[in-house]
Amino acid sequence: MKPTAFDEMKSAEDGCRQPYKRVAEWLSSLPSEVIEQKREEAELLFRRVGITFAVYGEGQGEERIIPFDLVPRVLSRGEWNRLSAGLEQRVRAINAFLSDIYGKQEILAAGILPPELIFQNPAFRPEMMGKQVPAGVWIPIAGIDLVRVGQDDFYVLEDNARTPSGVSYMLENREVMMLLFPELFARHQVAPVDNYPDELLSTLQSIAPATAPKDPTIALLTPGPFNSAYYEHTFLADRLGVELVEGRDLLVRDEVCYMRTTEGLQRVDVIYRRVDDEYIDPLTFRPDSMLGVAGLMSAYEAGNVTLANAVGTGISDDKAIYSYMPEILSFYLGEDPILKNVPTWRCREPDALAYVLDHLDELVVKEVHGSGGYGMLVGPAADQATRDAFAAKLKADPENFIAQPTLALSTCPTWTETGLAPRHVDLRPFVLTGKDGVRFVPGGLTRVALRDGSLVVNSSQGGGTKDTWVVDD
Amino acid sequence: MLSRTADSLFWMTRYVERAENIARVLHATSRMSLMPHISNEEPMAEWLSALSATASYNAFFEQYDEATPERVVEFLAFSEANPSSIFRCLSNARANARAVRTALTSDTWEAINGAWMEMQRFRRDAVAPSDINRFASWVKDVSLNVDGSAFRTMLRNDGFCMQRLGVYIERADATARILDVKYHILLPAHEPVGGGLDYLQWSSILRAVSAHTAYRWVYRSSIKPWLVAELLILREEMPRSLASCYSNITYHLDELGRTYGRQGESQRQARRIYSRLKNGRTEEIYQTGLHEFLTEFLAENGRLGAAITEQYLI
Repeated sequence: MKPTAFDEMKSAEDGCRQPYKRVAEWLSSLPSEVIEQKREEAELLFRRVGITFAVYGEGQGEERIIPFDLVPRVLSRGEWNRLSAGLEQRVRAINAFLSDIYGKQEILAAGILPPELIFQNPAFRPEMMGKQVPAGVWIPIAGIDLVRVGQDDFYVLEDNARTPSGVSYMLENREVMMLLFPELFARHQVAPVDNYPDELLSTLQSIAPATAPKDPTIALLTPGPFNSAYYEHTFLADRLGVELVEGRDLLVRDEVCYMRTTEGLQRVDVIYRRVDDEYIDPLTFRPDSMLGVAGLMSAYEAGNVTLANAVGTGISDDKAIYSYMPEILSFYLGEDPILKNVPTWRCREPDALAYVLDHLDELVVKEVHGSGGYGMLVGPAADQATRDAFAAKLKADPENFIAQPTLALSTCPTWTETGLAPRHVDLRPFVLTGKDGVRFVPGGLTRVALRDGSLVVNSSQGGGTKDTWVVDD
Repeated sequence: MLSRTADSLFWMTRYVERAENIARVLHATSRMSLMPHISNEEPMAEWLSALSATASYNAFFEQYDEATPERVVEFLAFSEANPSSIFRCLSNARANARAVRTALTSDTWEAINGAWMEMQRFRRDAVAPSDINRFASWVKDVSLNVDGSAFRTMLRNDGFCMQRLGVYIERADATARILDVKYHILLPAHEPVGGGLDYLQWSSILRAVSAHTAYRWVYRSSIKPWLVAELLILREEMPRSLASCYSNITYHLDELGRTYGRQGESQRQARRIYSRLKNGRTEEIYQTGLHEFLTEFLAENGRLGAAITEQYLI
């Protein structure tokens, strides 16, 4: 049976929670024709600006826009302060974990993690053993996925520590909302987010190699126009004022990385790379990669160029490691986690596997190394045949799966074909860590599952986005 | 600036300019086809000349045995198989723009992206040859939009120079080809040179490059072949003339040389071609033969494009 979800607007005694009071008034004052008309205007704006994404597996060049919902998702300042303290703590722990895993591996010596979880993990990069990164910052850019199930109940669903995306939607959603509804912002004190590119730039500058000049040269490395997040790469390079480079624009000579320009070669100090580890250097990783730069790892290992995020961070956002995150956090920080982990059954453990197989109809089962909502089973939503087929996959390769209870994700009013209706949401705040500390912009990206009852918010699976507000209490 | 960025900026505007020139040729051709036929032996002469003027003659006959107005319009405007159809030009322009989205202002990007989206609609609705003018003037508007947004919003830096170079190299190529078409349409044997049909052809060439009125202003004379050639080759005040294109090409190449503090092969080549145009005389051109002169020019223009690529774009 499905538990009732927490409605972020309406779950209150008087029918409307405090942070949403004015939004609710505003919504009830808008005729549905106006909402529909504004929705069309918004879609036109997104198309014109070219905010699109490609879905893998569909025809090449297929571009879609992510549906944008006009009803903002609102957090109070107090809620955000608690969340941001928890996020900062979590990211500190992950950085400490990565320094240790690629260093002395004390956590393995202490018996907190089974060693095979590290050494047999495809995201573990032995090339990074004994390496240090500037200021010990392995993940300058993290996108931590949070879900809410009650007034004060937030859970971390996933730590995205490789190349988290979506921040351009956070910024564009706000711009579009301000264009369409200036009067709404006049009535609210909504914390601004448009300083994100400045914060990101300061973060990247702070982790430049020690030998780099005061004003280091930064470049954003993209896989190219066919990547699903290409729009975001161009957007960020533009806002950062840095070159958007592809692998073929870079070359490495004598362990120094350069880009090819109309004036000859120019040295590059920091690369904000949106290319995965496996593709970044064909000499070290996949030799068939056309996206990387031959020899980049040699420049990186010589400390002549900083890669953000560092190579090998995937080991920390793996779903199997995730289940140990509370222990990892306490081990390094000696603190209790502020943000909770979703209870997780590791199917690699026989007892857990037996439990999961018995309770498939109430659990969500995910691939350990999967992402983007591909290859997962939402038990309560699946029919018996799908569950049986999945059970067979599970038994064949239990190591590859984890299971979690189906959380009653909170809902937020959303504009649908039949008017306003509650839809499930999550939240991806972006956490920036530099030599000089942690930076945030308040809020993050809210993703919403547009299909009635759906819990899958991924854009590749029919999810949309909302503007996310942090308002003063 | 990244060489790849420079390359995309150069080709983005070059493809838009190419689309515009094809639209101009289509427009002029459809007008000519409404007049008495040039030749009774070859009723398709105007449409075949449109293929020549856009350098698509061979590609067309690889696909078709016989030309019809519908086929030529489809091939030049919408064909996916023709690498220089308007459709492919706008797609390429947009792909280049998308690859260097960060080097463009949002106005320029929106002009190109908007055109590309609108293009899908034109293609879906299938434009009839009789309706080609509406489509052709839309393409010219697109080019104006892209050009105008760049003029009004782009920083005057090396990226701007790369864009302008793409425009003028392509425009010089197109003007030379349109002029050379005259060579491909053979007058019927009984038509006197300077007769009614001859007049029509020269006047349609002027129309194709928006120079019909300019001609009257400059020469105050009826249309004479050597004056048309002079206007389109040597007169710098005529914005689509070869001399005007090369005045702009040398200017922007010199700007690049100044910015980067270094001159190269492309600056030298451009200056050589420009000085020949500046000092050229119509009599000499007709002595060499107009077709021979234009063939030589097209080859040199192509070599300059290669020199620019070599020096800046790779």
